[in-house]
Amino acid sequence: MISQFFVLSQRGDNIVLRDYRGEVQKGSTEIFFRKVKFWKEDGQEEAQAPPVFNVDGVNYFHVKIAGLLFVATTRVNVSPSLVLELLQRIARVIKDYLGVLSEESLRKNFVLVYELLDEIIDFGYVQSTSTEVLKSYIFNEPIMVDAARLTPLGPAAIFMQGSKRMPGTAVTKSVIANETPGKRREEIFVDIIEKISVTFSSSGYILTSEIDGTIQMKSYLTGSPEIRIALNEELNIGRGGRSIYDYRSSTGSGAVILDDCNFHESVRLDSFDIDRTLSLVSEILATFELEPGASGQTADFKEANKKIEWNLKKIIGGSEQTLRAKLTFSQEFHGNITKESGPVSMTFIIPMYNASGLQVKYLQIAKKSSTYNPYRWVRYVTQANSYVARL
Amino acid sequence: MAPPARSSQSSSPSQPSGKGEVSDLKSQLRQLAGSRAPGVDDSKRDLFKKVISYMTIGIDVSSLFGEMVMCSATSDVVLKKMCYLYVGNYAKVNPDLALLTINFLQRDCKDEDPMIRGLALRSLSSLRVPNLVEYLVGPLGSGLKDSNSYVRMVAVIGVLKLYHISSATCMDADFPSILKNLMINDRDTQVVANCLSTLQEIWTAEGSNSEEASRERDALLCKPLIYYLLNRIKEFSEWAQCLILELVAKYVPSGNNEIFDIMNLLEDRLQHANGALVLATIKVFLQLTLLMTDVHQQVYERIKAPLLTLVSSGSPEQSYAVLGHLHLLVMRAPMLFSSDYKHFYCQYNEAFYVKKLKLEMLTAIASESYTYEIVTELCEYAANVDVPIARESIRAVGKIALQQYDVNAIVDRLLQFLEMEKDYVTAETLVLVKDLLRKYPQWSHDCIAVVGNISSKNIQEPKAKAALIWMLGEYSQDMQDAPYILESLAENWDDEHSPEVRLHLLTALMKCFFKRPPESQKALGIALAAGVADFHQDVHDRALFYYRLLRYDISIAERVVNPPKQAVSVFADPQSSEIKDRIFDEFNSLSVLYQKPSYMFTDKEHRGPFEFSDELGNLSIEPDVSAQHVEADDEDLLLSTSEKGDVGFPLNGSSYSAPSYDSSKPLTASNTSSDLAILETGVHHQASASLAIDDLLGLGLSTTPAPAPPTLSLNPKAILDPGTFQQKWRQLPVSLSLELNVSPRGVAALTAPQALIMHMQGNSIHCIATGGQSPNFKFFFFAQKSEELSNFLVECIISTSSSKAQMKIKADDQNSSQAFSALFETALSNFGML
Repeated sequence: MISQFFVLSQRGDNIVLRDYRGEVQKGSTEIFFRKVKFWKEDGQEEAQAPPVFNVDGVNYFHVKIAGLLFVATTRVNVSPSLVLELLQRIARVIKDYLGVLSEESLRKNFVLVYELLDEIIDFGYVQSTSTEVLKSYIFNEPIMVDAARLTPLGPAAIFMQGSKRMPGTAVTKSVIANETPGKRREEIFVDIIEKISVTFSSSGYILTSEIDGTIQMKSYLTGSPEIRIALNEELNIGRGGRSIYDYRSSTGSGAVILDDCNFHESVRLDSFDIDRTLSLVSEILATFELEPGASGQTADFKEANKKIEWNLKKIIGGSEQTLRAKLTFSQEFHGNITKESGPVSMTFIIPMYNASGLQVKYLQIAKKSSTYNPYRWVRYVTQANSYVARL
Repeated sequence: MAPPARSSQSSSPSQPSGKGEVSDLKSQLRQLAGSRAPGVDDSKRDLFKKVISYMTIGIDVSSLFGEMVMCSATSDVVLKKMCYLYVGNYAKVNPDLALLTINFLQRDCKDEDPMIRGLALRSLSSLRVPNLVEYLVGPLGSGLKDSNSYVRMVAVIGVLKLYHISSATCMDADFPSILKNLMINDRDTQVVANCLSTLQEIWTAEGSNSEEASRERDALLCKPLIYYLLNRIKEFSEWAQCLILELVAKYVPSGNNEIFDIMNLLEDRLQHANGALVLATIKVFLQLTLLMTDVHQQVYERIKAPLLTLVSSGSPEQSYAVLGHLHLLVMRAPMLFSSDYKHFYCQYNEAFYVKKLKLEMLTAIASESYTYEIVTELCEYAANVDVPIARESIRAVGKIALQQYDVNAIVDRLLQFLEMEKDYVTAETLVLVKDLLRKYPQWSHDCIAVVGNISSKNIQEPKAKAALIWMLGEYSQDMQDAPYILESLAENWDDEHSPEVRLHLLTALMKCFFKRPPESQKALGIALAAGVADFHQDVHDRALFYYRLLRYDISIAERVVNPPKQAVSVFADPQSSEIKDRIFDEFNSLSVLYQKPSYMFTDKEHRGPFEFSDELGNLSIEPDVSAQHVEADDEDLLLSTSEKGDVGFPLNGSSYSAPSYDSSKPLTASNTSSDLAILETGVHHQASASLAIDDLLGLGLSTTPAPAPPTLSLNPKAILDPGTFQQKWRQLPVSLSLELNVSPRGVAALTAPQALIMHMQGNSIHCIATGGQSPNFKFFFFAQKSEELSNFLVECIISTSSSKAQMKIKADDQNSSQAFSALFETALSNFGML
């Protein structure tokens, strides 16, 4: 149960504020912002404020999304997981309705946002966070922000399916805009996103490695048809008590072993154990956002965080790139210099490739008529989460 | 940096310059109010939007109330919604104006469109104006019976809103019993969930002053309701599922079969993508199996994978919340995650707060297994450019070293940190080396050799400087330059801003003086002179104290300041096991992240439904906790004067001899006064009336003979199973808590607690569980009245170090708890405990 919800800009401006229970004093937004901005821990100022903290009996929860702070307050000892998850969901619902989540879109659409907030939460209790369910209670229409002012989607523009190019702005559509039948494009996006984390020791030995993947789906199909997704037939979940670092023949042969997985509310697993298919009634499961890509090849030393940044726009498979950097110290240095200079961290995106081998074998949409053939976009992408080599 | 976008946003409202804008809006709204011109709704929408946006940025637009209400006569839902929002915001501060809105809201509550009915009812119940509640009861009543589930959903929460405005009106209208009915009969799951939330809140709030209400609250935990909710759980929204699971976690099943049934039913909830739901399920599993050791272990194994998945798959914020819970679990079962320790290696781009918790996980795991691997990894982070993480990592290595018996390799690592020659690394390491030496004095030669090379000029952080000075004083016989380094520090007394450092400098010079008098006499003289003139009270006092001590007798001074020391065996755990258990009971709440039980950060009314009702405030008198109250730096200094193990004694010893701490006095006083309370309720003796009057007349209790304790006989063959005990312990409030002094004979008897248990059983007081180890023993007893099934539950904590026994008594029949307490005490004293 929460008492207030608000969204602050990076500068601490109040963009949206909804007080559900009137239990927390008025100045809570300022108290919160000051606390986050000047967070101190054990007298250290550099530390970063945790997502949950308590000031004078009021608990503040916040998540950072798209440069905005989504905040909830309460005096009650609630489940932190629940509130943090809720804040994420609220942000997602708002994004679904506005198309774009930004300070500008929120300011332009605050009445719609209030409308959503009133239906999502009543007197601090969550009522619904389903974009689909909320549709019937929402009457305001979104005012779209100028698409040209959006940051380019970068890697998303790379996605291709055969010779068709994926419309780069599709994911910024509102779920309720242009509801006029016929005009609306029937399409569905399925993204298999894998984030890989690898740490190499200074001798080149792999210390840790793991893949965290998600299958995300965004549907613009009308009438909520049933959707079936089939995955690899040889898909095993769990390692029967073995440690995840105990690798045995998990590669080759097309078999995929997952340590564990979980599913969204709307997914039905009736036949998952038999033929590895997931079925669900069309709903927006998640959205898909990628960071803007690198531009050209540049190298630069950032004084503030003592980092050399080397950007490459594209690397062709099998090719090799070298960067030589010379370090000059302002004073004599005694310590272990190689240890001081490192680690090397790589950030990259590999489109249309996934490291685990997990595949969507088919994507079936329950047909309404013989001519019904919506666009289906299935995309694979591998991103570096933490790809680090120590020196 | 966001661009200054406001000026370019023509359609969005700009910051108004002053009151002019508001009055502008006012006249525009007036013009539109009566208009029926086409397109008027669009103009109204624009104006309303402006008003709402001013409201959002904190400009007071309450003066527009009248105009807003006038404009709200419309069929446009968008307009209506904005108007409701506005009214909800300002009605509370403008109760007179709020009356204006009642009319149109009540009309809308009868609209054909269920959406309008629901919205109007929500607004009506959100007005928060006490004298308007009479207008709310009717619409709420019909809302609860509405054919549309949306309206019912709103109405149920409306009842809760009404309760908060006027609890009496809500109870008089008998809404709770309507909700009870709705909760088990409504087809819509959100209506059911809202009923549950509302009833929980109402009964919990009422429960503190009405027994019936607390019975109603407990009735929410009855088997039929729990089963009804569990069997339908998948029909509920994920949030409502969390609510139900939170309730189920408090349910006490009647047997093992029931426990397995519930767990099987909920098994697949562990695979949900919503972390809150997974944690709520885990809480149920953990709570249900508390008394089934083997199954409890299996549960740990089962929940491991879902938890690890949640850590890596969610947002960083969610990872943080889940990691906090993992940390709690790993503290209870350190082996649990040992083979998965690599999951807690920090990733390059993780948030600070995630990394910090991961370091805590690694520290906990390393104390059991994989110490070498984990310390190696932590040493990598110490070289990190991320300074806070580097510091945390060094502290983590230090903590591991203090927990380990084999510290060989770790000491080397720590000393290597000093070679890195980074100020913050050196500072953190020095503090650790100092603690390490207090525990493992045998390492002093290796450490001293390295520490001796550090120039105190390079150390700026007070904690580190104090640590270095402590080492210089403590080991001055082994450190060639010690007297001269200390001397130069003493000479620059005025440059030293931290009183903590100056205090340490005084003590270090004293120690140095006893070991190498000719070399340090001058420095000590300088320091004492400067110290006596110091503006800081503590520094001044200590310098003067040392000075007089030295003048009195140098050998006594040495015995006081630098006695032979024993190594510290275990550093006190900042949290008692009691507090840890309490946090565990509050799994899936903020208590876990704050690492504090809820009573430490939340006032009583906000602990949430089904939170434990009793206070644990007096726990702090446990000796190891009280030692913690001493500030860290003072503690170090105290240690110079007495052995660590004795820290508790001088404090306790002195206080117990003082007459004001004679606990028997307040006890008799409370005895009589609560006897009086019993008498006044007229439960027992008729003579009570005159006695009470005596007291009222101011005759005082001392002249009145204490009334004979009401007779209470206990059932010698009482039976209570642990599950029921646990449930009752949670549900009942503490009816009596007292503290008794334990005799030395009693302390000695506790070497074999079994004898006490047998003795109490002879008095029909049965022991159901024991725990703790010297010096703190814990017993749970129960007893039953012989004539009826009425239970007494006792928690008894006996501390042999402070010679005290703390008791908490809970009783089904609160009125007889005093009599029971007397019996209990007599039994203890017959055993020679008191």
